[in-house]
Amino acid sequence: MNYFVIGYYALLIGASCLAAFYGRRSIFMLLFSLTLVSFVVGIVGGESALWTITLCAGALALSAGTAYAFREFLVNISGRETAKALKTAPLTAAFGMFVIFTYAVMGIFAPVIAPHGEAEVISSAFAPPDDTMLLGADQLGRDMFSRIIYGARNTVGLALCATLLAFFMGAFAGLLAATKGGNLDQVMGRIADVIMSIPSLIFALLLLSIFGTNLIVLVIIVAIIYSPRVFRLTRAVAGNIVVMDYIEAARLRGEGDLYLIRKEILPNSTAPLIAEFGLEFCFVFLLIAGLSFLGLGIQPPTADWGSMVRENATLISFGEITPLIPAGAIALLTVAVNFVVDWMLWRSAGLKE
Amino acid sequence: MGDVLAIILKRLALGVVTLLVISVLIFSAVEMLPGDVAEAVLGQSATPENVAAMREKLGLDQPAPVRYLSWLSGAVTGDFGVSLTSDERVAEKIGPRLVSTLFLATYAAVIAVPLAIVLGVLVALLRNTVFDRVANVLTLTSISSPEFFLGYILILYLAVKAPLFPAIASLSKDMSLPELLHRTFLPALTMVLVVTAHMMRMTRAAIINLLASPYIEMARLKGAPAWKVIVRHALPNAWAPIINVVALNLAYLITGVVLVEVVFVYPGIGQLLVDAVSKRDFPVVQAVCLIFAATFILLNLAADIGAILTNPRLRHPK
Amino acid sequence: MAEKPEKSVLLDIKDLRIEGYSDEKWIEIVHGVSLTLRRGEVLGLIGESGAGKSTIGLAAMGYARDGCRISGGSVEFDGMELTTSTEAELRVLRGSRIAYVAQSAAASFNPAHTLIEQHVEAPLHYRMRKRTEAQEDAMELYERLRLPNPQEIGFRYPHQVSGGQLQRAMTAMAMACRPDLIIFDEPTTALDVTTQIEVLAAIRDIVDQFDTAAIYITHDLAVVAQMADKIKVLLKGDEVEESSTIEMLEHPKEEYTRSLWAVRSFKRPQKARPGGDAVPVVSVQHVDAAYGQTKVLDDVSFDIHAGMTVAVVGESGSGKSTTARCITGLLPPTAGKILFNGEELPPSYRNRTKDQLRQAQMIYQMADTALNPKVKIHEIIGRPAQFYSGLSGAALKARVDELLDLIELEPSQYYNRYPPELSGGQKQRIGIARALAADPTFIICDEVTSALDQLVAEGILKLLDKLQRELDLAYMFITHDLATVRAIADEVVVMRRGKVVEQGPKDEMFTPPHHPYTDLLLSSVPEMDPNWLSTVLEERGVDNVGEAANI
Repeated sequence: MNYFVIGYYALLIGASCLAAFYGRRSIFMLLFSLTLVSFVVGIVGGESALWTITLCAGALALSAGTAYAFREFLVNISGRETAKALKTAPLTAAFGMFVIFTYAVMGIFAPVIAPHGEAEVISSAFAPPDDTMLLGADQLGRDMFSRIIYGARNTVGLALCATLLAFFMGAFAGLLAATKGGNLDQVMGRIADVIMSIPSLIFALLLLSIFGTNLIVLVIIVAIIYSPRVFRLTRAVAGNIVVMDYIEAARLRGEGDLYLIRKEILPNSTAPLIAEFGLEFCFVFLLIAGLSFLGLGIQPPTADWGSMVRENATLISFGEITPLIPAGAIALLTVAVNFVVDWMLWRSAGLKE
Repeated sequence: MGDVLAIILKRLALGVVTLLVISVLIFSAVEMLPGDVAEAVLGQSATPENVAAMREKLGLDQPAPVRYLSWLSGAVTGDFGVSLTSDERVAEKIGPRLVSTLFLATYAAVIAVPLAIVLGVLVALLRNTVFDRVANVLTLTSISSPEFFLGYILILYLAVKAPLFPAIASLSKDMSLPELLHRTFLPALTMVLVVTAHMMRMTRAAIINLLASPYIEMARLKGAPAWKVIVRHALPNAWAPIINVVALNLAYLITGVVLVEVVFVYPGIGQLLVDAVSKRDFPVVQAVCLIFAATFILLNLAADIGAILTNPRLRHPK
Repeated sequence: MAEKPEKSVLLDIKDLRIEGYSDEKWIEIVHGVSLTLRRGEVLGLIGESGAGKSTIGLAAMGYARDGCRISGGSVEFDGMELTTSTEAELRVLRGSRIAYVAQSAAASFNPAHTLIEQHVEAPLHYRMRKRTEAQEDAMELYERLRLPNPQEIGFRYPHQVSGGQLQRAMTAMAMACRPDLIIFDEPTTALDVTTQIEVLAAIRDIVDQFDTAAIYITHDLAVVAQMADKIKVLLKGDEVEESSTIEMLEHPKEEYTRSLWAVRSFKRPQKARPGGDAVPVVSVQHVDAAYGQTKVLDDVSFDIHAGMTVAVVGESGSGKSTTARCITGLLPPTAGKILFNGEELPPSYRNRTKDQLRQAQMIYQMADTALNPKVKIHEIIGRPAQFYSGLSGAALKARVDELLDLIELEPSQYYNRYPPELSGGQKQRIGIARALAADPTFIICDEVTSALDQLVAEGILKLLDKLQRELDLAYMFITHDLATVRAIADEVVVMRRGKVVEQGPKDEMFTPPHHPYTDLLLSSVPEMDPNWLSTVLEERGVDNVGEAANI
């Protein structure tokens, strides 16, 4: 027992009692279950485990604060309608937006931010962090921090290209299928079914084994694999709109299909499509990261998060967290996008009622 | 019941057709190689003589449809030809590894499926409370993280910092079951984390979707307590989407293990696929892809049939 | 309705206030309503949509839907204050002492369980009866409610039973614990008139037999007049007036109540067909149609002449809307043809010329789905003018203004707005303007007033009549509401199961002798007379109404 452990439990129990006293039932339950969990974790993991919990709680509080401030910032700089929508955003969504914003800055200004070039060898292999290298060196002696920064540009950029391609192919086909109906709809639906009944990672591996790993092939393959998802969603969303009376009215007026898509269907399907874009990005991003991790994605010496994990994986058995940093970078971005998408889906579902 | 049988038979036929189409796709993908298989395999060391010898060995002198049929008839009987890199039979190479992968998938599924459904129902019951929000954030984080991230975190904390489980899942034939389970705990846990989160979210969504239905309000107005409303009135109608998501995740357990197997150096079929892809061992790639696709289709089929069987409208026709 | 001796007070609601959550704030939607209900008494709650009827009905059970909350006043049920009771205390009341019958029985029965399983749930839960006893009791109730095969029907699933039967089964379920109070929330609104009458009869009988108190919620005065001992009129969450049924019908005190009566008074003179061999605008000749293998129209023929209104009447599934789809070309007929001013139209709308499309326009039932929510009003109205007449710029704006004037909406106010910002009646007017923008000679009106409140519907009917006189339009008026037919039709076509049963000028159609089906249809429409239901049942016999009727 030392002062930290005593203080730790005193704080938790005190806060629980306060919450209970003021009738905040859910906060009390949360705090007190944390106390109980701490007992177990503390007994198993000792003081260091309690430190970890404290650090996690601190990090959580810090990100909540950042998210809150960022949301206020966005509310203040945006127009009235957007501001009203943003005010309803939960902290998770605000946090997601903040992360996405940070990554965008990182990607766009990578050469300015990064202290070293992505392929520049500046020290010995696996050198520990020092004044010039924030996160140490990788297996060839390149600066880890710079490579992470460049990775934001390479990995995210590639995923974005593939997503855009998949999205436009899928959405266009979906809109066309919904408006035209009939055989075209049937045929496209069957093709989508077939592509979707091969697991995506496996399909990608099969195609990469044949066409080799170059970036353009990679983008096209990933786009083909994921466009049926977009197709299905767009088809479903547009399918719900196509049965509306105003579409019937426009058809009976003699309007062409392109007018229907552009003026009647698209304006009513933007919200689910934007949410789907976010989800799609996550899938594509994870697939590309996975392929790179397997050594079949972006090829060295280009800095890429997936391959960085693999290259530094051996360090994990020495208790170093280095390989977790690029992996965490991947996770953080997907989590962030998912947070925002979650909020958007909740909003569009809430507006329907 | 005649109707249901007809629908199921139709669905089965559709599954078989899809599988055939996919087998054509997998076979013809290799046909699309620039040059042909023999040149691709030999690569730098290709001389006209050994290319010709390789072609002879692979039977490339025959037309593609004939080769497809013989490949397919072989595949149906479990014969996928000979590996290009090691002269082993592909089936022999795959066999033991498939068993390992299935073992790992079953291990994870046995933990994940009941856990996810119970937790999903629980979270639906506690919707809009702090627990629901915390669960939402945690599951979302878990789904969004790449498997290797979760895997390495588990290795770092449960194998390296606190050496409770082995980081590398090496197996041997004479292990007892408890030892086997202990050895493969970390890869199984990684997969459990990913699929449980997903299934839990979908179960919750399926139930909450139904909570706005008039018959749920009716149940409440009949005085049914909250747990009964969910378990007796919402759950029976939510089975179709839940079965669907369980099947999807089981398929994921079997096909998505590639990354997990690589992280834990687990001797499964996923590792084999990655090796074969980088060595361009096409018969192995084709065979593994076909097995994965077949599993995927089979599980989807099972889900659809499950959904048909739990639909009261189909089970009790007018 | 015999005089009942004064009984003890069962439900006493005082100054009830309810708030609803919208646009991120709580807004009061019920502003202090009070009511008292004695044992065995039936109170009719009547009002238009948004009057707060259902919300008050649910509040009588201490229940508020998601997004609503009881913010003030008291609800006292048999000496127990419901607004301050805990959820557990309220739950004990629900289903056992207060029961609820919902509007849509089809949606309110759980599709996964049989009827009887749902019926016995509450009695078993409250341990009032054993399972077999509860089942026997259910069968007895089914018999009393005149459900066919009472021994067997309970073991069916909801989708295997028709709407009218489900509604009666739900009433039986509400009776399962012999409650003191039943809330009927528009139990017959979703039903056809011929089905409605048998459900009304069954509900009235059973409430009488068990001397149960009831709150009967509806927007239809004629229905409530049959059921209630006293009536309370609501308007936008405020109470307008309350008195006994007879008093209310004979001497309504408030202006608003009187206006509810006045609704059905609109009538325009009937026009005769133009003489000689005038060519009808639309002539439907021996049309058959099918959805896939199911035949839905069988040898349908009728004519519509210029400047006249032909009402096509029938219950759901009679094929009236399908006929409209055949005329517009959305569903090409399998046999027969459609003539427009004597010329045969191509069966599919895809093969029709722009001018043929322009001449026939359509107005829809649900203005919500008929107008694109993301397009501004001036574009919605302007597009047909632009599309057919090639108008643009100032000419287009002038035309839109002219159309907005025609439908009696101030152009400058509505020009730049979006449909979701408008009320139901205004939306329906925009739908009319869009049809007029094409400068048509013939308009199909598909149940245009059935989704609207009576006063608003009246306005729309008057507008349509004015436009017909000014622009010499021919209307095909699809409806199931005979009151509307009486008001505006020149000729009537009665349809049943895809066939035309009877047709002719309105005055002939409304005077006997009728075809038996027309007779059934006409006699099933509720009238304001509180004795109407009893009289009809006496005349026809209880077993010869609705689905059981012998035609």
